[in-house]
Amino acid sequence: MERPTGSDLVNSDQEKLLPGSSSLAILLIVFLSISMLILFSIVRGGVGHVAEGDGGRQAFGPAEISGVEFDGELLPGIEEATTGPDQGEFLVPPPPWSESGYFPCTECHADLDLNPEPRVLEEMHDDIELNHGPSDRWCLDCHNPDDRDVLRLINGRLITFDESYLLCGQCHGTIFRDWRQGIHGRRQGYWNGGKSYLLCAHCHDPHAPAFHAITPLPPPVRPQFLARTAQEEAQEAPHE
Amino acid sequence: MSEKSFDRRTLLVSAGLSTMAGISAAASGKSTGWVERLLKRRFVELSDARREEILTELEEACRVKYGRDDITVADTPALDGVEFAYGLDLSRCVGCRRCVYSCVHENNQSRDPQIQWIRVLEMKKDHGIDFAESNVYYDPDEVPEPDSFYVPVACQQCRQPACTKVCPVKATWQEPDGIVVIDSDWCLGCRCCMSACPYGARHFNWTEPRIATEEINPDTHIFGNRLRPNGVVEKCTFCIHRTRKGRYPACVEICPVGARKFGNLLDEAGEMRYLMREKRVFVLKEELNTRPRFYYFYAT
Repeated sequence: MERPTGSDLVNSDQEKLLPGSSSLAILLIVFLSISMLILFSIVRGGVGHVAEGDGGRQAFGPAEISGVEFDGELLPGIEEATTGPDQGEFLVPPPPWSESGYFPCTECHADLDLNPEPRVLEEMHDDIELNHGPSDRWCLDCHNPDDRDVLRLINGRLITFDESYLLCGQCHGTIFRDWRQGIHGRRQGYWNGGKSYLLCAHCHDPHAPAFHAITPLPPPVRPQFLARTAQEEAQEAPHE
Repeated sequence: MSEKSFDRRTLLVSAGLSTMAGISAAASGKSTGWVERLLKRRFVELSDARREEILTELEEACRVKYGRDDITVADTPALDGVEFAYGLDLSRCVGCRRCVYSCVHENNQSRDPQIQWIRVLEMKKDHGIDFAESNVYYDPDEVPEPDSFYVPVACQQCRQPACTKVCPVKATWQEPDGIVVIDSDWCLGCRCCMSACPYGARHFNWTEPRIATEEINPDTHIFGNRLRPNGVVEKCTFCIHRTRKGRYPACVEICPVGARKFGNLLDEAGEMRYLMREKRVFVLKEELNTRPRFYYFYAT
């Protein structure tokens, strides 16, 4: 028996390979076209490709949203601060008292003995969660022990609750500076006239100042659902 | 002979006069500024008296159409020595979308089909600012999510706006105080500006806008939040009807975290200049050289 030469081997291999490679090519083309189809439908963002729980299927307007005051009134006095004699004055709403209405503090504390010891409060103020800076922080770091209706700065100066920003500014200097310039915090009113500020405590609970997460308003409607309501009405109209 | 030619002249003159009378009679029944449109004169080119008339006509048309008699349309001009700018603190924004709905409430956008001028993009902290990966449809129970930050995008009021350059009829332009406005009476609805805007800030009224009568904000400006017709483009105007009277835009006042800042860029002592001096400020898509007046910054 004659041994096949090198060229014969190659030839027979090619003959063997040819049907295989062509079917491979066809498979490849089929696979590519299917994947392109899938890719296109994903890119197009067809109705079927929005996951079941995802938002953006329905158009919401401001009228359907509760709990947000879109027509908020300005503080009284802002108009006067813009045009009147007190021009340029910044107005600050009164400090937020705890909802149970504790103020004035001396109503109770005037008759109570001073207990400077950090402890778990049980009878009163047990709703206060103290989570502000170092763990050895205690009430009397900020509240004045002798007259509870005022706060006390580190240098011993006594301030009312209306000026509580001075107390906060002792540690949070950069934020305090930004707040005075109007960069930190919310302003309302006139950009070229009277405006209202908020105190630190209006937005941050002084005892646990981290800003709490809030519920977002609904997402915008996706394009594929944009005109749905109008279309539905148009379809319904001829039947009536 | 001479008498005959005089007769013909009288005939021609009277025929001409009656045609003109007919045209003006037809015109009086037409929509606002119809004569001007025929004569190719834009609202801004008209005399004060004629503008006043057009505003009154427009008010009347809106009042009849929406059944409210308190709708006013103003054309409050730009204030001298004022160039508006906007600041948005990305370190504070929590993505709550209060601004989006406040804007809709203030600016009379169509409720259905929905148009919103502000889009809040949710981005992942480990991606950084990446528009391709951003998501506007996020809907968790609570925001901010720890791995995300939020970039609200509306009109950037560019100093070199691409949108005004492409408008074939000059229906959109930049005002002296920097606000880019649209004249809805002049807009063709070709949407060239929408494709030119790199921020997706322009929106089109594909159908007659629908707003419930009681939801209309009656305090309107002709280039801002006036009630728009079908087939025109609309966009954020920094609440032109408010800011030209000194008020903050609606989105600034609603923001629960105070992330939005607004003021006069030419006021050395103002908050905009302070934040541009002191904070890390950047603009979106700086490489396009649109030179926005909308500055994003990190206050911390």
